[in-house]
Amino acid sequence: MDMQTIFNAVQEIFRDNFDDEDLVITRETCADDIEDWDSLEQINLLSAMEKKFGIKFQLSDVRGLANVGDLLDLIERMTA
Amino acid sequence: MNLLQYPFDPSLILQKKRSLKRELSKKEGLIPKKIAIMSGSTIGEIKNILELFLLDNGIQPTFYEGGYSLFYENLVFDDGSLAAFQPDIIYIHTSWRNLKNLPSQADSAQLCEEKLNAEYARFEQVWNAAQKFGCPVIQNNFDLPVYRVMGNLDAVDAHGRVRHIRKLNEKLAEYAANTPNFYVNDLAYLQAMYGMERFSDQTAWYAYKYACSIECIPYLAQSVANIIKSLFGKNKKLVACDLDNTLWGGIIGDDGVEGIVMGSETPTGMAYSEFQSYLKELSAMGVLLSVCSKNEEANAAAGFTRADSVLKKEDFVSFKANWNPKHLNLVESAKEINILPDSFVFMDDNPAEREIVRRELPAVSVPELSAPEEYIKAIDRMGYFEATILSADDRKRAEMYKQNQQRAVLEQSFGNYEDYLNSLEMVCEIGSFSPAHAERITQLINKTNQFNLTTRRYTAAEVENVMNSDEYITLYGKLVDKFGDNGLVTAMIGHIQGDVLEMDLWIMSCRTFKRNLEHAMFDAMVQQAAARGVKKIIGHYYPTAKNLLVSDFYATIGFEKIAEDDAGNKTFAFTGFDGYKPQCNVMKIQRV
Repeated sequence: MDMQTIFNAVQEIFRDNFDDEDLVITRETCADDIEDWDSLEQINLLSAMEKKFGIKFQLSDVRGLANVGDLLDLIERMTA
Repeated sequence: MNLLQYPFDPSLILQKKRSLKRELSKKEGLIPKKIAIMSGSTIGEIKNILELFLLDNGIQPTFYEGGYSLFYENLVFDDGSLAAFQPDIIYIHTSWRNLKNLPSQADSAQLCEEKLNAEYARFEQVWNAAQKFGCPVIQNNFDLPVYRVMGNLDAVDAHGRVRHIRKLNEKLAEYAANTPNFYVNDLAYLQAMYGMERFSDQTAWYAYKYACSIECIPYLAQSVANIIKSLFGKNKKLVACDLDNTLWGGIIGDDGVEGIVMGSETPTGMAYSEFQSYLKELSAMGVLLSVCSKNEEANAAAGFTRADSVLKKEDFVSFKANWNPKHLNLVESAKEINILPDSFVFMDDNPAEREIVRRELPAVSVPELSAPEEYIKAIDRMGYFEATILSADDRKRAEMYKQNQQRAVLEQSFGNYEDYLNSLEMVCEIGSFSPAHAERITQLINKTNQFNLTTRRYTAAEVENVMNSDEYITLYGKLVDKFGDNGLVTAMIGHIQGDVLEMDLWIMSCRTFKRNLEHAMFDAMVQQAAARGVKKIIGHYYPTAKNLLVSDFYATIGFEKIAEDDAGNKTFAFTGFDGYKPQCNVMKIQRV
């Protein structure tokens, strides 16, 4: 799956989860940038992405994800 | 499209929870309730989704979140914060992960038994502590581990965890059966229903300490919300059924009585028959059934004469088979049996009919129906009729409504309403609240909406307090007539301050409207109040969406309106003790 497709889908998930139609994310967006992005929401985001891309993150995958860029790269690797 | 309706998409609920909350919070008439969640594992998202399901059922929750995995400590050694919160519900969210005394292969058989007893004793301590808060307690039973070292023997041998947990669940069920105000949330059933592999996700436990997978949180939340809404009187009361392709296969008008599909001869017939059996069981539990079908009445009735029809015409408290729009028929049925259409569940295989009813009567629940083999689930999975407190009255309910129809026939034969009332040969038993009646009184308080002056809800513990306090006058009324026993149908609570009696509560079941029973109750209240030195009775009317019926009731029985605010809250006063003449003289009164 190409990066742009992944990015668009991830952006859509962020908009849905944070109930904000105008939310714009970048590779650098991290939990500090979005008020409601706490550990609880992190889990929801990851679940939504598993569902969307038909993948299953392993425990070791999701540790040390610093920002949206890391997440996009991880999804790209798993859907390659 | 309601995202919380069966068959909901749990992922979508999780994803849309913020917008869902925004939408649902706009509902009018939400009743505020305080819910304490005690943690055996992470509760964060469970709380969020529980909130959605409660809002959908008309309940606006505020939450107390126990410390992570501190259910035992928080309940047994409350630091005062839980008591200060004054919970209306305590939900103890534990799972097999919280078991501290699991048997091990190295243990002696005797030690395994001791461990079981120790486990139970530890939880019993928690439950007893929870009960001290005087509100209903909901406790998860235990799910099964996703592995078992002994294989199948795990369910049999004393060393097996499967056996250990099943035994524990049995003991918990026994405790719940013998403890008022204590309810089991059947986590084990949920795990089985959605599948262990899907429900008990190891990643969710290791990474986030959730006892179930993120995806299954909505199922868990729905289950807990169903118990809570049932306790607060938000259950549905009636299933209105279409006939052709809903209760049987085929079109009776075209196919004839012998042509319609039911019974054990064909797979489809079996599906319809099992659905009928399900409805019959619901009805025996106190859920009312009605027919709402586009058919000639004679044809419709004929379907139930078949020997293999599980349901008979007598099982329905209202039978509408005609060519009128269905929403009008539903309203008619509601009027006939004197309940509100919003307590209806409407079952119809025709999507167009469902859509019209949804549009015309948005408060009626209209489940999606697909194939007949899925009909049962469409009702069952929603928990419309979640049973928490079942009284003997519930089991007789359909019969009572039948008797009401006989009364209606009799009424038409009298020119004068009082003659009709006298002909009913009514006997009314009136007494103060007592332990024998407390459960039924609590149930009535929490589900009466129309004849309800204050719509104040009481927990079982509150009813008990009122019952045992000198500061209150309490009265209940039971009504029997020549057609049958209506059971306990009305209650009043007033509290005395000096020589003033404030009416906190006055309710009456719609079953006994227009029988002058309210007058008999007031006569008794005046007598009791006078004996206690009361000089003035203050009555309140607080408007809700459903109690317009009694907005000026007090004015009709000798009260004077003394205040009314912009919200429509009214205050009335009664001082006519001297020379008071009983207002009810159409029944025999038995004071107990």
